Amino acid sequence: MHWLLVAAGAAVGAPARYLTDRLVQSRHDSVFPWGTFAVNVSGCLVLGLLVGAAASGAASADVQLLLGTGFCGALTTYSTFSYETLRLAEGGARLLAVANVAGSVLAGLGAAYAGTALAHAFWG
Amino acid sequence: MRWRVRSGGAVRPGSVLRGQGPAVAVVSLGGVLGALARYGAALRWPTAADAFPWTTLAVNAVGCAVIGVFLVAVTEVWSPHPLLRPFFGTGVLGGFTTFSTATVDVQRLIDHGAPARGLFYLAATLLAALVSVRVAAGTTRRLVGRRVV
Repeated sequence: MHWLLVAAGAAVGAPARYLTDRLVQSRHDSVFPWGTFAVNVSGCLVLGLLVGAAASGAASADVQLLLGTGFCGALTTYSTFSYETLRLAEGGARLLAVANVAGSVLAGLGAAYAGTALAHAFWG
Repeated sequence: MRWRVRSGGAVRPGSVLRGQGPAVAVVSLGGVLGALARYGAALRWPTAADAFPWTTLAVNAVGCAVIGVFLVAVTEVWSPHPLLRPFFGTGVLGGFTTFSTATVDVQRLIDHGAPARGLFYLAATLLAALVSVRVAAGTTRRLVGRRVV
């Protein structure tokens, strides 16, 4: 059952990342990987919300497996983030590579904290 | 509703998504396999809530090394079936690695009275991921170059 919950979340999370990336990348001309940035930060927000909900007793262990381990885990990616950073650095856009790392980490942490704060506002 | 791109063209969401059925299906399947592998690793090597999250760090470092080999291979060496990259790169490796868990792990360590450990984990994950992808991509290029020459 636990494995099925993780699989169900990932079955939605991974294609959501793929389609979001395509939509975002079609809307700008810069070399900055906004698509991966968007899914990673969004995933941190949702997971932060879930962590807060779990701490308040509003999210069961099953919901955490479905939405946290499955959906958020598959929605976000470290491998594509690293590879795109490497491509920026190799292509001479070192400043953008640094901005991608610093921006993703800071925005991700900020989103996680915002999600947890939202959860506490909702569920106390 | 129209989505404008800066180059002046207009791209509707439908045209970005059209014909994506097979890719979406293989990304979903790959994502499930990758996520289950990550979940299996977390069950096999569990880490306590306030401990250094070695398992997530290792999962992310391994995923970054594999994507370095894989993407150099499929973009610079050979042209595989068009669905292999979405299946394995976007699906399996994207589902296996996780940015959200790595980030929330940092938040949890900071909030549980171990801020130094949290920041060390953050830096260690970044370093392991970026070194892995760079060494893997560079090694693949060198090996392939040697073979070709």
